[in-house]
Amino acid sequence: MTRIDTPTANRHPLPPPLFDARCRACWLLAGVLLLVIASFWTLDLQWAQFLSMEAARSMGRFIGEFFPPDNSPDFLRKVALGTWETLAMSAFGTLLAVVAGLLLALPASRMHPGEPAPGRLPTRLLLNVLRAIPELVWAGLLLIAAGLGPFAGTLALAAHTSGVLGRLFAEALENAPRGPGDALRTQGVGSVRVFLYATLPQVLPQLMSYTLYRWENNIRAAAVLGVVGAGGLGQLLAFHMGLFHMGKTATVLGAMLLLVALVDAISYGLRRGLMR
Amino acid sequence: MASQTLPPTRQDPALRDPAWWSRMFWIGAGLVLLWPLMQATEFRPWILFEPRNLEVTGNFLATFLPPAHGADFLALVARESWRTVAIATAGMTLALLVAVPLTLLSVRVLSLSALSGRMAPLPAVLRQGVRWLLIVLRSVPELVWALIFVRVVGLGPTAGVLAIALTYGGMLGKVYAEILESGEAHATQTLLRNGGSRLQALCYGLLPQNANELTSYTVYRWECAIRSSVVLGFVGGGGLGQQMDNSMKMFNGGEVLTMLAVFVLLVALADQVSALLRRSLG
Repeated sequence: MTRIDTPTANRHPLPPPLFDARCRACWLLAGVLLLVIASFWTLDLQWAQFLSMEAARSMGRFIGEFFPPDNSPDFLRKVALGTWETLAMSAFGTLLAVVAGLLLALPASRMHPGEPAPGRLPTRLLLNVLRAIPELVWAGLLLIAAGLGPFAGTLALAAHTSGVLGRLFAEALENAPRGPGDALRTQGVGSVRVFLYATLPQVLPQLMSYTLYRWENNIRAAAVLGVVGAGGLGQLLAFHMGLFHMGKTATVLGAMLLLVALVDAISYGLRRGLMR
Repeated sequence: MASQTLPPTRQDPALRDPAWWSRMFWIGAGLVLLWPLMQATEFRPWILFEPRNLEVTGNFLATFLPPAHGADFLALVARESWRTVAIATAGMTLALLVAVPLTLLSVRVLSLSALSGRMAPLPAVLRQGVRWLLIVLRSVPELVWALIFVRVVGLGPTAGVLAIALTYGGMLGKVYAEILESGEAHATQTLLRNGGSRLQALCYGLLPQNANELTSYTVYRWECAIRSSVVLGFVGGGGLGQQMDNSMKMFNGGEVLTMLAVFVLLVALADQVSALLRRSLG
């Protein structure tokens, strides 16, 4: 067997073998496949029940009951009120989260390399915990302290979002250009004024864009948060679905989808407008 | 040196804030806008501190310690955590089965008629239709899908898996299409122009340049799916969320605390695994 060592042969090498014991990606891919198979294996999924004629019929009946949606003026007013409540929850929750997030971001960030920042790790841990627990779980927990209604939902949104925003704000503060802050610091200006006059003005646009992005997310979250009883459209949905008022459920679902679609469209439009 | 750079001695005009009126106006306007928001959200923080509420909250918080750690309970938590991960993984797999065909149907770069000017009307309508379908799938929140499927197939993981499959199918399909269309289309179009089939153009033109982004987005979504499968448990989708909901309803703080801790660890673990996967696949 002769090996051809001409440049032309090297320019078109054979493709690497599909599986190689030293290829990390292959092993990871195998692991993922194993995870998928194990998942389907251990979950007692009721495909037979789901794919049976009976399920199809009950699904059809279920969807049929949605029509006609209830559009009596009385109920529409209630839905409009629920929509307004959802929007208010998301806006106010985000606002609370901005304040809390900024307050938590200050100890969680090291503004300049020499700063000891003793609170950095514990605050980051707290932010991670706040962030890791979803809004809905927060709502379930806060219902006990704040009672049913939009107040618990607002607090739940604020709790989760302050974790997210705190983390993002801290990153933004740490990544801000150091020049202006250093210039003030060498003149002996205190750290509060360095923050207010050098760091904050530089990162403010970024903080604003994070806040708007989270608000958009929170509108979507607030719409469904009520399912556990925390106010807004979700509470109406859970209430009427629980009582099998299917026409009313359909109206609430429609309002929810409309709200989400509207938010998507506005954010898409704004983004397109800003990109140009 | 320092004495030269000090500001001049402060006099009244220098101290005056020229933006005073506009500042005051915006603060006032903000407060006026804030008021209806606080009304609508029934924002009354003091009810948190009413004696009766304080007592209930205190009692609940008191049961948090010590966290539940019986062997039976820990085994239950381990089993339910695995089910949470399994629901997310199975849901993602089905979501891929929904998303990949729909993406391929809707990607405009793979259109043959678009190579020479405008896309022919029928493919254009088909692509736009598939796009609308993806948008509808993804704009129904997974919680609502879960509420509907719980009615049809009953409580349990099936509802959770289906809910994740539909919502995430829509999300993945839309984002995949965006990723595939945002890249350089030159290689793909050259392949198509020279008589390559669409499948060849996809495998040799589109995928190689976008594979990194596609995998890292998929892995990121898997991480999100774990979080949302816990949430789906609250409406009866099985897994850790359902157990947590039960414990909360029984005011069993110790169990809630253990499960919250396990959940936070699970999310952190998923975060690490996803970062690792993205690094080695990307």
